[in-house]
Amino acid sequence: MITIPYLTALTTYFSYGLLFAFGQFRDFFRKIFDWWQASNLQGYAPICLGLEDFYIRRLYLRIQDCFGRPIASAPDAWFDVVERYSNDCNKTLKRTEKKSRCLNLGSYNYLGFAAADEYCTPRVIDSLNKFSASTCSTRVEGGTTALHEELEECVANFVGKPAAVVFGMGYVTNSAILPVIIGKGGLIISDSLNHNSIVNGARGSGATIRVFQHNTPPHLEKVLREQIAEGQPRTHRPWKKIIVVVEGIYSMEGELCKLPEIVAICKKYKAYIYLDEAHSIGAVGKTGRGVCELLGVDTGDVDIMMGTFTKSFGSCGGYIAGSKELIQYLKYTCPAHLYATSISPPAAQQIISSIKVILGDDGSSRGAQKLARIRENSNFFRSELQKMGFEVLGDNDSPVMPIMLYNPAKIPAFSRECLKQNVAVVTVAFPATPLLLARARICISASHTKEDLLKALEVISQVGDLVGIKYFPAEPKKQLQPGKETIKLE
Amino acid sequence: MEAAALNFVNATLNWVTLALDAPSARAVVFGVHIGGHLFVEVLLLVVIFFLLSQKSYKPPKRPLTKKEIDELCDEWVPESLIPPITEEMQSEPPVLESAAGPHAIVNGKEVVNFASANYLGFVGHEKLLDSCTFALEKYGVGSCGPRGFYGTIDVHLDCEARIANFLGTTDSILYSYGLSTMFSAIPCFCKKGDIIVVDEGVHWGIQNGMYLSRSTIVYFKHNDMESLEKTLEKITSKNQRAKKLRRYIVVEAVYQNSGQIAPLDKIIKLKEKYRFRVLLDESNSIGVLGYSGRGLAEYCRVPIEKIDIVTASMGHALATEGGFCTGSARVIDHQRLSSSGYVFSASLPPYLASAAITAIDVLEKNPDLTSKLKENIAILWKGLSDVQGLSLASHPESPIVFLRLEKSMGSMKGDLQLLEDLANHALKEESVFVVVSKRSTLDKCPLPVGIKMFVSAAHSESDLLKACSSLKKVTSVVLKDHIRP
Repeated sequence: MITIPYLTALTTYFSYGLLFAFGQFRDFFRKIFDWWQASNLQGYAPICLGLEDFYIRRLYLRIQDCFGRPIASAPDAWFDVVERYSNDCNKTLKRTEKKSRCLNLGSYNYLGFAAADEYCTPRVIDSLNKFSASTCSTRVEGGTTALHEELEECVANFVGKPAAVVFGMGYVTNSAILPVIIGKGGLIISDSLNHNSIVNGARGSGATIRVFQHNTPPHLEKVLREQIAEGQPRTHRPWKKIIVVVEGIYSMEGELCKLPEIVAICKKYKAYIYLDEAHSIGAVGKTGRGVCELLGVDTGDVDIMMGTFTKSFGSCGGYIAGSKELIQYLKYTCPAHLYATSISPPAAQQIISSIKVILGDDGSSRGAQKLARIRENSNFFRSELQKMGFEVLGDNDSPVMPIMLYNPAKIPAFSRECLKQNVAVVTVAFPATPLLLARARICISASHTKEDLLKALEVISQVGDLVGIKYFPAEPKKQLQPGKETIKLE
Repeated sequence: MEAAALNFVNATLNWVTLALDAPSARAVVFGVHIGGHLFVEVLLLVVIFFLLSQKSYKPPKRPLTKKEIDELCDEWVPESLIPPITEEMQSEPPVLESAAGPHAIVNGKEVVNFASANYLGFVGHEKLLDSCTFALEKYGVGSCGPRGFYGTIDVHLDCEARIANFLGTTDSILYSYGLSTMFSAIPCFCKKGDIIVVDEGVHWGIQNGMYLSRSTIVYFKHNDMESLEKTLEKITSKNQRAKKLRRYIVVEAVYQNSGQIAPLDKIIKLKEKYRFRVLLDESNSIGVLGYSGRGLAEYCRVPIEKIDIVTASMGHALATEGGFCTGSARVIDHQRLSSSGYVFSASLPPYLASAAITAIDVLEKNPDLTSKLKENIAILWKGLSDVQGLSLASHPESPIVFLRLEKSMGSMKGDLQLLEDLANHALKEESVFVVVSKRSTLDKCPLPVGIKMFVSAAHSESDLLKACSSLKKVTSVVLKDHIRP
C-alpha cells in the first residue's frame, strides 16, 4: 500500500483544486462566447454534456504532448520519437519530419522481441508469403490454418496446460470469455485494480460483481465467506458459481499477485480461479512460464489461465489455456472465436518462433540469456532507483517499476525534461490511477544494455532533482574503485 | 342491583364534582383560570409521552456465527464451470494449408474457396505482400504498447489519414481488432438513459456494445423501413424532453447474418425528420458497393457527412486485420480518450496498417475490381436461382450470397445439422468450400440460419459455374427428402 506524505497530499489537492477552478472559469467564458454563435446542432443533444468531458478539455489537453508520442522505428531499446508542435496551445498537435533518437523506457518489450529478430523475422516473412497477411475469415469458417493449430499446441505446452485457444486481440479475449463461462446468478470477485478489459468482460456477463482489496488474501476470504453465506442479492438463493479474477503482474503497480495464498483460499471455498498473465507470461519465472513458475503454484490448480502475446513475445493476440473440455466448449460458444477474424498468420508465426527461442529449441541459448538479463536488469535498476531516494513500487523480479510523482504539475515536467535528454518515459495520471497517485512507469527490457541503464539512471536522477520527486532520503554513494577497500555507510 | 349501581355512580359523580370544585381547582395561575378539566388533560399528556418514549419492539438481529458460516460454505456446491460436452461441440473446422485465396488447399486437396471474405482478391496480392515485408523488416511484428504510450507508429497515422482521404471524411481512428471496433465505439457515445433503435439482425459485436452501454434498446424488424418509422414515431411521441437525450439508429450496410443491404437514403430521410444520429457498420461494403468502392454512401448517393459515425472491420475487402471508425473530427477526437478498446489495448501491428494503406492504393488505382466483383455475383445468382431445396435470401448485389432452406426442419438445431451435412458433402465430394452461419449461445439474433458464400473478384467464371453445379448435385443428394415437389 502506498502511504502518501501529508504535505504532498495537501499540495496535490491544492493543485487539482486550482486547475479545476481555472477550468470552470474558462468554461463559463466559453458558454458566454458560444451563446453568441448559433450552433448547427438544432434538436440534437450534444455528444458530451457539461462535465462529462471536463477533465479531458481542461486538464488533459494541457499536457497532451506527453501522451501518444508517435515513433518512426521499431519499439526497440533505442527508437526514433517524432517531434510534434502545436499552434493552438496543445489542442491539436502536428507532426514534423524531425526525429530524435531516444532510449525507450516505455514500451512493453520485456524479452527484446520488438524489432526484427534474427531467428523470428525470416520465418515470419516465409509464413507471410505462404499464408498472406490475413485469412479474411473467422476461425470456424475458413480461417483455421495449419499454423493456428501448431500455435495452439505450442502455447498449451509452454504454459503447462492440456489445451489452449488463441484470439487476435488480448482485450477481446477477456471481454468475450467471461460472458460465456458465467452468467446471471453467478458471482465474480475481482481484485480492485484489475484491468479495464476484465471489468468490461465482467459487466458484459451479467453476473454480480464484488471487489476485494488489492492483493489482500484475508480480505478475499472475508468476502467469499460473506457472499456464500448470503447468497444472491434479494433472493438469497445460493450462487451458481464463483470466479475469482486476479492478474499475474499488475501493470500500474508492478506487484506480483499473492498467488499461493489465493489459490489455497479458492480451493477451500470451491471457487474457480481466472488468472490474467498479460504482463507476466514470458517475463518472470526461471524458464519464462510466468507467475505460476515463479511462485511455485501448480498450473493444475488454476482453472483458467489467460495471457497476451503483445508484451513478451513481440506480437499481438491473446490466449486462454485450460482443460481440454473447457477449450472445446469455448471453441463452440465463444463469440470471439465464432465471429472475429482469426489471428494474422505472420503474427502467429512470430509467437511460435519466439516461444522456440525462449525454450531454447532453436539450438541457441539466447532464450535463457534473455530471461537472465531481464531479471538482472530489473533488480539492478530497481535497487539503484531506491538508493537514489525515489519512491519505487513493485516487487523484486518484476520488470515494471512505477516511480511516484503525485503532483499534477510534475507529470509533464518529468516527461518533457526526460525527453529533452533523449530518454522516453511513460507518465500515467487519473483516470488510469487514483487521483492523488500519479506516477511515471518504467518498463525494463532484456535488450537494454548496462550502459543504457546507467544513462537512464543518470538522466532520471538529474530530472528527479530538478522536479523534486526524491521523497526518500538518498543513500550515500559507495565509491567503487578497484583494489581499494569499500566502507559501507548504512 | 340497579339501585346499588346507580348509587355508586351518583356517589362517584359527587366526589368528582367536589374534587373539581376544590380550591386548588379554582386557582388562577398567571391570569389563567385553571378549570378542573386541566388535570385530566395533563394526565392524558403524561400517558402519551410515556407510551411514545417506549422503544418499539424489533425482533433481535442475530448475525450468523462463524460456525454457521463455515457450515454454509461447506454445504455449498458450485455448478461445474462448463456444461457437459455434447457431440456437436466436438466438430472441428477444416484446416487450410495455404493462403485463403480463391483456391485453397484443404486436407491436401485443392478446393474452390467461398469461405473467405476476400471480396477484392487481395489475399496473396504482390503489392500487399511487398509492403508487409518492408514493414516487418523495419518495425518488427508487434507495436508493444497502447496508442497513448509510444505505440503510435507513423504508419498508423498515415493509415488513418489515408482512410479519411479515401472515404471523404475529416478524420478516422484505427482499432486493433475488427470485432472490438463496434463494441468499443458504441459505449463511448451511448450512455445510460440514451435510446438506441437497432435492426434485429445485427451481429454480436453491436449487440454486446449496446449491452455494455446500458442504454435503452429498441429493435425494429429486419431491414423493414416501415417498422423503423413506426418505432421512431413511437419514441419521439413518448419522450418530449429530447434536449439531453441522445438518440441513435444503428444499422449495418450489408448484414452479416442475412446478406441484405440497408436502404441508406430512406434511413437518412427518417433520421433528419426525427432527429436521430446514425451509426453505420460498413464492414462488408467497403471496397464492394459504389462504383469506386467507397461503400454504401456512394451506392445510395448520400453525402457521407450525413452519416454521423461509420465503422468497419478491415478483415474483409481490405484483406488485413483491425478496424477503423470515421466521421467528423469531434466524433473521432472523443474516441481517442474514451473508447476502451482504443485506450486500454495495444495498437495494431504496423505491418497490418501498411497493408491497409497499400490495399486502398490498389483499389483506387483499379476501380474495375468492384465491377468484376459485381459481375461474379450476378453469375453466381443466375446459376443458383434454380437450386432445389435452397432459396436465395440475400440482396442481388451483396457479396455475401445467403442460401436458406426452403422447407425448414422446425428448429434451428435441426436446420443447422442439415446444412452442416450439406457443407461437408460439398467440401469432401465436390471440393467446394462453403460455410454455414454459426450462432453463439450469447447471440440474440432471430434470423434463420443458412449457407453463406463469399464471392471474390478473383474467382474466375469456371469457379463460379463449378460451384453452382456442385451445389445442385449435393442438394439433390442430401435434401432429397426435403425438396418441395
